[in-house]
Amino acid sequence: ESESENKLDGETASDSESKSEFGGPPPVPTSDDTPEVLNRALSNLSSRWKNWWVRGILTLAMITFFFIIIYLGPMVLMTIVMCVQIKCFHEIITIGYNVYHSYDLPWFRTLSWYFLLCVNYFFYGETVTDYFFTLVQREEPLRILSKYHRFISFALYLTGFCMFVLSLVKKHYRLQFYMFGWTHVTLLIVVTQSHLIIHNLFEGMIWFIVPISCVICNDIMAYMFGFFFGRTPLIKLSPKKTWEGFIGGFFATVLFGLLLSYVMSGYRCFTCPVEFNNDTNSFTVDCEPSELFQLQEYNIPLVLQSVVGWKTVRMYPFQIHSIALSTFASLIGPFGGFFASGFKRAFKIKDFANTIPGHGGIMDRFDCQYLMATFVNVYIASFIRGPNPSKLIQQFLTLRPDQQLHIFNTLKAHLVDKGMLGSLEDA
Amino acid sequence: EVDLDERLSELDLRNDSDIPDIPPATDSTPEILKRALSGLSARWKNWWIRGILTLAMISVFFLIIYLGSFMLMLLVLSIQVKCYHEIITIGYRVYHSYDLPWFRSLSWYFLLCVNYFFYGETVADYFATFVQRREQLQFLIRYHRFISFALYLTGFCIFVLSLVKKHYRLQFYMFAWTHVTLLITVTQSHLVIQNLFEGMIWFLVPISSVICNDITAYIFGFFFGRTPLIKLSPKKTWEGFIGGFFSTVVFGFIFSYFLAQYQYFVCPVEYNSETNRFVTECEPSELFQMKKYLVPPLLQAVLGSETVNMYPFQMHSIALSTFASLIGPFGGFFASGFKRAFKIKDFADTIPGHGGIMDRFDCQYLMATFVHVYITSFIRGPNPSKLLKQLLILQPEQQLSVYKALKSHLIGKGIL
Repeated sequence: ESESENKLDGETASDSESKSEFGGPPPVPTSDDTPEVLNRALSNLSSRWKNWWVRGILTLAMITFFFIIIYLGPMVLMTIVMCVQIKCFHEIITIGYNVYHSYDLPWFRTLSWYFLLCVNYFFYGETVTDYFFTLVQREEPLRILSKYHRFISFALYLTGFCMFVLSLVKKHYRLQFYMFGWTHVTLLIVVTQSHLIIHNLFEGMIWFIVPISCVICNDIMAYMFGFFFGRTPLIKLSPKKTWEGFIGGFFATVLFGLLLSYVMSGYRCFTCPVEFNNDTNSFTVDCEPSELFQLQEYNIPLVLQSVVGWKTVRMYPFQIHSIALSTFASLIGPFGGFFASGFKRAFKIKDFANTIPGHGGIMDRFDCQYLMATFVNVYIASFIRGPNPSKLIQQFLTLRPDQQLHIFNTLKAHLVDKGMLGSLEDA
Repeated sequence: EVDLDERLSELDLRNDSDIPDIPPATDSTPEILKRALSGLSARWKNWWIRGILTLAMISVFFLIIYLGSFMLMLLVLSIQVKCYHEIITIGYRVYHSYDLPWFRSLSWYFLLCVNYFFYGETVADYFATFVQRREQLQFLIRYHRFISFALYLTGFCIFVLSLVKKHYRLQFYMFAWTHVTLLITVTQSHLVIQNLFEGMIWFLVPISSVICNDITAYIFGFFFGRTPLIKLSPKKTWEGFIGGFFSTVVFGFIFSYFLAQYQYFVCPVEYNSETNRFVTECEPSELFQMKKYLVPPLLQAVLGSETVNMYPFQMHSIALSTFASLIGPFGGFFASGFKRAFKIKDFADTIPGHGGIMDRFDCQYLMATFVHVYITSFIRGPNPSKLLKQLLILQPEQQLSVYKALKSHLIGKGIL
C-alpha cells in the first residue's frame, strides 16, 4: 500500500509544471519512430527541414493510401474505418491507463475490449439489418439474430455491466469508476461516429470522400497560409494557429470542395448508393443518378457576372451542398481539433500515440473528422434523403391488420387532400 | 498562491482511504415527525420514519396514476431533472469545481439539448395529428435532428472556448461527468416515457416490481438474514435476495391480474386532437384477454384443477419480475460502489430517512431499459405513428406508389 501511495504522490504536477508524469508500463510518446530509410535519406538537412520533409512524405503516403482504398471499394473502406476506430479507441484508453496508473486493475482491460465489442455488435447489427435486409431474411440463423438483435445486444452489455460490478475491489472503487466512465465516453465518441461514417458511405461514396477531403484540405491549407502569412494568433489553446491561416484555409477549402465535387459527380461509382446485390453476393454501385448529380443551369448573380463573364453556369446541385460541407469543415471542424488539443494539454501528452512518424497517433489525424462525420450524417438525414419507401413497406407488412387499415386510410385521406387521388376514387 | 489544479491532482489520484469525507448529511426530518416519534428509541424511530415516508411516496404514486398519463410524464421529467442535479452536484463537490467558469450553465444547457432531442424524436410521433395542423411545428419536426445537433454544437464550441489554462483537466472531467450522467438519466427516463405510452401497465408493473423487491428483500433479510450477499452492500443477504425474488414474482403475477382488466391501464396512450387530451381507449390486445392454460401435472395436485384462466401478460410479468429481482439489484450495487468511491452516504437529502431521489431510483434505470428492449423485441412491432409520420414526409409520387402497393396487399389479404 505504501508503494502505491508513493507512486501516486509523484503524480501531482500541476498544469504549469512540465515534469513527466508517467511511470507505468505503456510507452511514453517521445521516441523517434521514423524509419531508418527516411533517416538516412534526410541525414544531411537541418532538423527543421528534416521534420518538414518527414511530415510531407508521410502526408503523401497517407493520401496515396487513401486513394488506393477508394479504388478497392466499399467493403475495404468499411474494414479500414473499423480498424481506425479500434486503433483510436485503443489510443484513448491507453491514455486513461497512463493517467490513472490503472494498467493492473483487475479485469479492466478485458472489460474495455468487451464493451467495445458489444457496442460494435449493436451498431453493426442495426446497419446490417437495414442494408442487407433480403440476405438476412433468407438465412435462418441471421433472421433470428436480427429479429431479437436489440435484446441480444442488451443482454451482452448487461453481462459486462454485472462483471464490472462484481469486479469492484475495495481500495480501488474510485479508479474503477473513473475507468468505467472513461471507457463509456470514449465509446460514445469513437464508435458512434465511425458508424455514422459508414452510414454516409452507404449513401454514396461521394458523401464519404468529400467531407474527409475537405477536413484534410483545411488542415493543410490553414497550415500553409499560416506558414506564409500567419501573424495574429487564433486561440490560446493552439498557439500555432492564426487568423490568417483560418480564413485562408476557409476560402481555399470551399474552392477545393467545389472542384472536387464537380469531378466526382460525373462518376456513378461515387454518386450511387452502395447496395448489396443478392445474386452476386457483392456490393454494387450502379443506379440512375439522382437529381443532385445531374447538371443544371444556374443564373449567376449580377455581382459575379462581370467578374466571370458568363450569364449562366452549369453546375451539379451537389456542389451547392459541398459549399455547406466545406464551410462546416473549415469553421466548426477546427473546434474538434481544439478540443483534442485541450485534452492533450489537460493530460500533459504531446501526441495521442506514436503510430505515424511526424504526425503522432491515428487519433491526432482524425480529431477533426469526428464532428464532421456527425454533421454530414445529420445533414443527409435532414436535407437530402427522405425515408426509404421500400423499407416503409416492409415495416408496414409487420403491423397488425387494424393498424394497417388505419394507416392506409390516413394515407388515402392525405392523398385525396393533396388532389393526387381525386380521379382514381374507385374500390 | 495555492495551485488549485495541483491540489486537485492530489485528490484525484490518492488512494480511496485518503480522500476526506464529505460532511455528513444534515437531518432534514420534518419537525412534526420528530415530535410524534420523540418517545421511541433511535432504532425504531428510524424505522418509523422510513416506513412513513415509504407510505407517503406510494400514496403520491397512486395519486399521480389517478391523475393520468400527462401528469406521469411530468413526474418522470421532474425526477430526471432532480437525479441529474444530484449527480452533477456530487461532481462539483468531488472536484471543488463549483466556481469553474461557465460550467454550471453548460451542464444545464446540455441537459436541455438532449431532452429537446429525445422529446422531439419520441413524443412528437404521438402528436402527429396535432403537429400536422401547425406550420411552424412542421418545420421544427422536419429539421429536428439538424436543429438539435446545432444546439448541441453550440454548447460544445462554448465549452472549447471556455477552457482556461489552469483548469483544463478539471473542465474535461466535468465535461465527461456531465455526459455520462446524461447518458444514464436522460436516456432511461425517455425509455420510461416510451414504455408509458405503450400502456400504463408497462410502466406500473416494472416499477412496482422493483419497489416490491426492495421492500420484501429488506423484510426477508430483517427476519431471516444470515449469509452476506456481496461485499459492496454488507446489509444485503442471500436469504433476502431469494425471498425477495419469489415474493416479487408472486406480487407481479397478482398485480398484473388486477391491472389487466382495466382499459385505462392496458391501452396505449393516444393523443386525441379534437379534445386535446390523452385517451386510453381501445380494443384490448390479445395479451390482455383471458385464455385457458393447461396446468402442468406437477401443479395440478396443488391447485386442484386442470386448467387455469390467465392473461398472457401474466407470463410476461414473470419475466419482468425475474429481471427486477435478479439483475435490478446490480443497479443498486453500482450505485453503492459509486457512493463508496466518492465517500458519500447518500446522493442527497431530499427525502428524510431515504436520501436523495437517485437513491430511490438507482435500481429503476436498468429496469426501464430492459422493459423497453423487451417490448420492442417480443411484444410490439414497429410503431405505427412513426411509420405514418415517415410516410407523410415522402415525395408525392413515392406516396402514390406506396399507396398502390399497400392497397394491393390489403386487398390480397381480404382486409379491404
